[in-house]
Amino acid sequence: MEFGLQLNERPMEAPREAHGHNHWNPYVDTGGTSLAIAGEDFVLVASDTRQSDGYNINTRYDSKAFELSNKTVLALSICSADGKRLYEILEQRAQLYFHKHDKPIGTEALAQLLSNTLYSRRMFPYYVFPILAGVKADGKGVAYSYDALGNMKDVTHIAYGSAAALVQPFLDSQVGFANQRNADPNRQLTRDQAMRIAIDAFTGSTERDIYTGDWLEIFVVDATGVHKEVRELKHD
Amino acid sequence: MNSIVEELTTKNREEVKLCKELEFELAPGDDFSFVQKFMDVKSERNALIRAAHGTTTLAFKFREGVLVATDSRATMGNVIASQEVKKVIEINDRLLGTMAGGAADCSYWGRVLGMECRMYQLRNKKLISVAAASKILANIVYRYKGSGLSMGMMVAGWDDKGPGLYYVDSDAQRITNDLFSVGSGSTFAYGVLDAHYRYDMDLDEAKDLARRAIYHATHRDAFSGGIVRMYWLHKDGWTAYPLEDVSELYYKYHPEIAITNAADSPLTVNAS
Repeated sequence: MEFGLQLNERPMEAPREAHGHNHWNPYVDTGGTSLAIAGEDFVLVASDTRQSDGYNINTRYDSKAFELSNKTVLALSICSADGKRLYEILEQRAQLYFHKHDKPIGTEALAQLLSNTLYSRRMFPYYVFPILAGVKADGKGVAYSYDALGNMKDVTHIAYGSAAALVQPFLDSQVGFANQRNADPNRQLTRDQAMRIAIDAFTGSTERDIYTGDWLEIFVVDATGVHKEVRELKHD
Repeated sequence: MNSIVEELTTKNREEVKLCKELEFELAPGDDFSFVQKFMDVKSERNALIRAAHGTTTLAFKFREGVLVATDSRATMGNVIASQEVKKVIEINDRLLGTMAGGAADCSYWGRVLGMECRMYQLRNKKLISVAAASKILANIVYRYKGSGLSMGMMVAGWDDKGPGLYYVDSDAQRITNDLFSVGSGSTFAYGVLDAHYRYDMDLDEAKDLARRAIYHATHRDAFSGGIVRMYWLHKDGWTAYPLEDVSELYYKYHPEIAITNAADSPLTVNAS
């Protein structure tokens, strides 16, 4: 397995503070929110772009969602630095797969690879809660959600990040029709409906979550590829 | 010359690894505890990294095989991360694993176990026994003992000796018995199981007992809930049953209580 790159490198040591008071903390929560909504033949991913540390806003435009070369989108919440590193590793592996097999890595294979990559750092985890969204070979939209250790689940709708507690119940109601007895369980959202729900989720969380705001990046993935648009949120 | 001898003797003595993927970035030495203070795999504290977990799982042997049942709730801290988790790992068509504790730990090592069982089958041209499969798992987790893994798994199956049921946890404890329940809701499930369990049950009685035990655990344990997932292991492999929502079981077990919906109508009788 010559592609076990990050597995064969020098073992990762949990960093230690040289002058030990044991107060040092390698994990930083830089805020922000990401969500994904999977439809019949598409999947939508939306992330805001504010990056903060405590009450300071570091930047108003720091992307948390990235398009990978195999036409999937990876959205990463919580720690911006760990998220970017994870994205780079995954993109490298996707490129290696492409050059070895002369075809892009499938969404399901990449989803399992992401789980294994996260678990490879079981003893010093990445501080990220990733969402991977793409279309399967049959054209159906899928989203996978993970915890920081690599537990993977395919979902129809998911919200992670600082406003997850605000957005997730909203998605449960508007996408999952949770506890709505008269709702048709097989009802599928259209793209426009999913877009409206995503935008409403973010304008709403911008009002109530100090870590969410500034700009909103929306990716819609379907059989034709990834379509990205940026919208403006409030900046206060 | 010496260097060639050295090359042939010492350098090739490296232990044959089970699989490259098993080598991961361990924080070595005595510092396992460093990162653990930021992690919460058991909902004990408000840590930064909250791993999905929480569970009721059970399995018991009976006259017609082994019955395996689980709930489906996953919690991260006090948040319900999911209500539809699959806590049964289908290792192969004659072996099942159940997961309790850290979800990532259980699913990762369950997957590795599946690979090892397939390797055994290819090497030996026969299916692995339940005892051997559970021993592989126990041997793997023993290598990581003390490093903070959190898992309580059952391995159930059917082999040449008939039904098999083992409990393996992240302390590398491995025991066999007729009846196990694992997870935060296990105490409640044991209450039901111990009161009504008989080896001589038929399949319908066994399914009813497992369903009731999971149901009562989801009712009293806040970290358990969702749906009841049941599997029956018999000599031809396993059979999975349709999922049963515990909130529907509530009205089934309490026929005197009519279903009301907060959105539809106010509750006029006194709730108890």
